Amino acid sequence: MSIDLATLTQPRNPALAALPEFAVGDTVRVQARVVEGDRERLQPFEGVVIRMKEGPAGNFTVRRIASGVGVERTWPMNSPRLDSLAVTRRGHVRRSRLYYLRGLTGRAARVKEARRG
Amino acid sequence: MTTGMIGRKAGMMRLYDGSGQVRGVTVIELGPNFVTQLRTPDRDGYTAVQVGFAGPRKRTNKPEHGHLRNAGLEKQVLTRLQEFRTDDLTGLTLGQTVTCEGFEPGMFVAVTATSKGKGFAGGVKRHHFRGGPKTHGQSDRHRAPGSVGSGTTPGRTYRGQRMAGHMGSVTRTVLNQLVVANDPARNLLFIEGSVPGPRGGMVTVEVGRRKPLKGYVAPVVPGTAVATADAESEASA
Repeated sequence: MSIDLATLTQPRNPALAALPEFAVGDTVRVQARVVEGDRERLQPFEGVVIRMKEGPAGNFTVRRIASGVGVERTWPMNSPRLDSLAVTRRGHVRRSRLYYLRGLTGRAARVKEARRG
Repeated sequence: MTTGMIGRKAGMMRLYDGSGQVRGVTVIELGPNFVTQLRTPDRDGYTAVQVGFAGPRKRTNKPEHGHLRNAGLEKQVLTRLQEFRTDDLTGLTLGQTVTCEGFEPGMFVAVTATSKGKGFAGGVKRHHFRGGPKTHGQSDRHRAPGSVGSGTTPGRTYRGQRMAGHMGSVTRTVLNQLVVANDPARNLLFIEGSVPGPRGGMVTVEVGRRKPLKGYVAPVVPGTAVATADAESEASA
């Protein structure tokens, strides 16, 4: 066992911009690359980050309410299908997994805005 | 190239291939292998190529050393030798170095290795028995095998009745596994799916029967020579 597999982990596509710092509770706008037939377009998805996983196989989940239905999408951090990500609002939360949002709707399902910058 | 090679399982990871698809892959340190003997119909009655790999043992004994000397490989410590049947020995010479170059991305291979030993395993683990009920007053029946036969007729347990016993540590072959990527310079082969045995275990890879995928685009693995400068600088950054 000589080769360290961590050195073989693929980095994020250098052609794409690096992801900004973001954390659980933040509201983010993700531009996802969607392949339709033989052409590719960007599909925005805006919602609250409810879960993040660290490490070389790291990923994160964004939740939003679309047409009254809760929708969650998960992307690997280094996914080539992940074009860009922008933080639209910093959230203040006291836990790392916001699964409790799944049981809440409307005003109750809001995340407090962070006071920090 | 040879129809098969010997290597060592390094572990599992995942890769994004050219289409952005994630593939769970097993990394195999495949080779370098050395051609230690050529089997010909005249002398042996069949055609095969014998290759060697630096296996788990640290030294060769005297007969092995002599065998390697016949191939001009006495400087190498090749403790794992294996033959692969082939129809065609052209392009193969005694003592030649074989790399995983011939296993191109998109090809399918068969991987053979010794599975992990599970020791003396019960019926639930070994044969997927369901075990007994967990509740309703059951005691000591949770993982019991149940009945092993009928009553006075036939008065015995049939042969082949599945029971607890030794599990694992047997040679297993997984067929039709996709070659996701290869790296001849570092002797690495990336195969989709899992492969029998522990990390560091010996593994043989043979050319599969399935036709290669058309239009398959291999992922860029950091540090692979063909990816050249930009992947290299990214890896070090």
